[in-house]
Amino acid sequence: MTQNLTRRSCLPLLAAALSLPALRPAAAASPDLSFAELYSSFSALGLEFSDKVKQLTGRKVSIQGFMAPPLKAEAQFFVLTEIPMALCPFCSTDADWPDNILVVYLDRKQTFTDPNQRIEARGTLERGSWTDPETGFVSQLRLRGARFAKV
Amino acid sequence: MRTIVSALAASTILAGAAGAAEIYPLDRATILAKSPFDFKVELDAAHGEADIAVTVNGKPYAEVFGQPAAFVAEETDADGATLGSALILRDLSLAEPGRYTVEVKAGDETKSATWEVYATAEAPRVRNVIFIIGDGLSVAHRTSARIMSRGMTGGKADGRLAMDDLDHMAFIGTSSTHSIATDSANTASAYMTGHKSRVNALGVYADRTPDSLDDPRVETIAEALRRTTNKAIGIVSNSELQDATPAAVVAHTRRRGDKAEITGMFHEVLPEVMLGGGSAYFLNAEVPGSKRKDDKDYIQLFRDAGYAIATTREELAAGTNAGRLLGLFHTGNMDTWLDRNQLGKGTVDKFPDQPGLVEMTAAALDQLSRNEDGFFLMVEAASVDKMSHPMDWERAVLDTIELDHTVALARDFAARNPDTLVVLTGDHTHGLSLIGTIDTEKPGDDMREKLAVYDDAGFPDYVDADGDGYPDSLEVKRPLAIFSSNFPDYYETWGAKLDGPFVPAIQDGDGRYVANEAYKDVPGAVLRTGNLPRDNDTAVHAVDDVVLQASGPGAEAFKGYMEQSDVYKVLADVLALGTDQK
Ligand SMILES: [Zn+2]
Repeated sequence: MTQNLTRRSCLPLLAAALSLPALRPAAAASPDLSFAELYSSFSALGLEFSDKVKQLTGRKVSIQGFMAPPLKAEAQFFVLTEIPMALCPFCSTDADWPDNILVVYLDRKQTFTDPNQRIEARGTLERGSWTDPETGFVSQLRLRGARFAKV
Repeated sequence: MRTIVSALAASTILAGAAGAAEIYPLDRATILAKSPFDFKVELDAAHGEADIAVTVNGKPYAEVFGQPAAFVAEETDADGATLGSALILRDLSLAEPGRYTVEVKAGDETKSATWEVYATAEAPRVRNVIFIIGDGLSVAHRTSARIMSRGMTGGKADGRLAMDDLDHMAFIGTSSTHSIATDSANTASAYMTGHKSRVNALGVYADRTPDSLDDPRVETIAEALRRTTNKAIGIVSNSELQDATPAAVVAHTRRRGDKAEITGMFHEVLPEVMLGGGSAYFLNAEVPGSKRKDDKDYIQLFRDAGYAIATTREELAAGTNAGRLLGLFHTGNMDTWLDRNQLGKGTVDKFPDQPGLVEMTAAALDQLSRNEDGFFLMVEAASVDKMSHPMDWERAVLDTIELDHTVALARDFAARNPDTLVVLTGDHTHGLSLIGTIDTEKPGDDMREKLAVYDDAGFPDYVDADGDGYPDSLEVKRPLAIFSSNFPDYYETWGAKLDGPFVPAIQDGDGRYVANEAYKDVPGAVLRTGNLPRDNDTAVHAVDDVVLQASGPGAEAFKGYMEQSDVYKVLADVLALGTDQK
């Protein structure tokens, strides 16, 4: 674990605009929600959830993304990101999450996937600040009772 | 020798104890007279309080320090295992300059440390200090910025950078207390406290207990200025304000990642000007975009403390009559010059009206110079480092040019206000070198053969028709060829990253960083097998010396080789921080 204390990167997660053709599946099922649709506005004083997110809150939705390396192998949840995480905020003290993440709580144990593997998660969309009691991880947007599959 | 020490350490661990006795501040520490610091003794075993003997220059320590330390019978690690006894005395200060030798005896444990307590000039030599840090600034950044910005003919630069004409210069050793290698936390902290520390630590010596907020503290320059002067304090960075370099001005934590707590530490000091990113840690947890875990609303808390808040370039330019200014232009790190001004990539679509480093520094100088007792301003060009890690050289070099324009602004201010010391330095270096150019017009698909070195390198063909000091475009026929000495597995794409900041490697299912396949099909891309351990996501910091430059009163003290912590001594001396000036 000493490695985790070493200085590793200040790489900001600015790569939202980066295209990832090689990682995109040829034919993906059309998801209900995409990362680009999560927020309607960005400001240093806070982000605003989109009307679509507001309408879909409490309903089952599907969203595609990449699984960030989990906090613990046995964690109840994982973080879904728009692009594969270039660094691990759980592992490195100076790495930080991008603005647009979705926390996914699974309804049953599932094997975690390769972070390069595009997945589609489906679960009930939940909005509002919530602190995971076990890890203290705070999220603003979540899927509950979710399952995921490779796409 | 190292092997023997390790073997001893291993057997000690097997015997149930960990580590050895230690004294904080560490041996050879240099301490500003009258500055508060925490004294701590860590013992390897559990001892009774009466069995621990501590002397300072041969006298009982409580006599010299004026009070006894708190005794901790047993410190424990994260799993509750015992680490041994400790003594802690917070907020000690020593008024008398000189050498202090602390000797500790407990059972068969002994340890000694000698500190040098230093005085300063009685009267300040400067009114203002502008301390500019190019994060990760290395020699190749400067050379590349000069050639890209000014051009070169016949082997002579066609113009000079503003930083090229600062008057004095020193080589700075950046190593940390536990390693020759280093990060922006302990390096910036050495500048801002005068004490070296450990990787990830700010304003503290790293002790053995798991709590990151209980480590023995040393005074930061902001605290020293508040204690002894009425100077205004300014902090400008294009990273998150909680990032290591800006945080070092005020913070005390073993873990630079304690960003929510660091925001609170800014609020304790209340620097008159704070401009940068990182609003996510100012927003209460209920606000989308917040990264706090509590309901503290630091936007409101700073408003209540009399701050005007700006969130865009336009709001910053509008100015304020308030005495204090907080500019938060991004939830996270701000975008690079290239993305803000030419490409619109990164997060510019989300935060389209971010000011640049020059505009932020101008606003800070405007605000701070209203204070009749002068000011201390720390400016950080953060993306020089943040773009050197992923080996995105064009972004790093363009941000070095922006840094240089900031130096020009500071020199211009100093020309009008000659009682100003201007310092430009890096906090640590990167392992990059400029080795030639890439001859993109050479026929063939093998990019390696287009790398032009020695006589073939010629001169690059960047054009700056509008004369703003930045190339009008990076799409030239003969760009600079820059490479890193160290790297993870990645696809070398041999040119500017026009689609957005480079992400060389991503983590695989086993936690190892592998080449980002997103670049596999870039024409000419070549897979380079890394030479770094596979848990490194990007290129690492170099141990190479930093070049520090300075102009203004007192700048002549910067010369030869200096430890990073000794730079603080020069600042303390020119500001006369050993003298109460309030
Ligand atoms: Zn760095």
